[in-house]
Amino acid sequence: MRAAMNLLSRSEENLQVISVLDNRIDAAVAIEFKDAMRASTDGGCETVVLDLSQVQFIDSSGLGAIVASMKHMGASRKLALAGLTPTVEKVFRLTRMDSVFCVFRTLNEALGKLKA
Amino acid sequence: MSLISQMPAFKISVQSGELAVREALAKLQDNLTPLSLDVEESGTVELVMAEALNNVVEHAYPRGDPCGPIYITCAHARDGLHLTVVDSGRAMPDGHTPLGVAVETDVAFDDIPEGGFGWFLIQDLAKDVSYVRVSRQNRLCLRLAVAIS
Repeated sequence: MRAAMNLLSRSEENLQVISVLDNRIDAAVAIEFKDAMRASTDGGCETVVLDLSQVQFIDSSGLGAIVASMKHMGASRKLALAGLTPTVEKVFRLTRMDSVFCVFRTLNEALGKLKA
Repeated sequence: MSLISQMPAFKISVQSGELAVREALAKLQDNLTPLSLDVEESGTVELVMAEALNNVVEHAYPRGDPCGPIYITCAHARDGLHLTVVDSGRAMPDGHTPLGVAVETDVAFDDIPEGGFGWFLIQDLAKDVSYVRVSRQNRLCLRLAVAIS
């Protein structure tokens, strides 16, 4: 049995917002997450905001899948992260991967900064 | 302060497989309920154990090998939680755990790492990490400095 991965994508002016509707991005769904992100971001806006506010837990596989999604979009586009919950924030901080993404405390903050 | 923990030592067993890690982590959190860990502490426990268990599922019982049991024991002491993870799968290459060094982040876009975070997180967050191969079993022991009295 495989776990599914639910993403909700919507447009906000010049931005695409992808909300992760599951509460975990872990080894059990890392491949599904990567595939779903690919399908959502291909041919889309230059800037994508990944709303992680409902995600309570990621492991190293989930982190790798988010990095892979950013790399798949290419260096000319931007993947911003918003709404990191405490354990998710901890994983990004400890691995120092918070330095390779634009990280916003909340989705509203991300929208405010990136639309301007 | 009482020396007797609010939480009795416990043992969990799961069968390796796609959702074994989620199952084991849910059981672990259930058993840890008496300690009322805060979000920071329970995040540390979940993260370290997720990485340790992912390694077992991916490397000790790789796809194509038969599934096997994974046993977790947990005991609470004054210096934190003492955990062991035991499996009967393949041995750790070279007979020891990876060093778990931090990945390089100041690199070209195409070289940003997509993996290699797991052992770093374990070594960074856990204390007294040890690994032995005995009686055709892998035994990983570690301590998490949470719920310290």
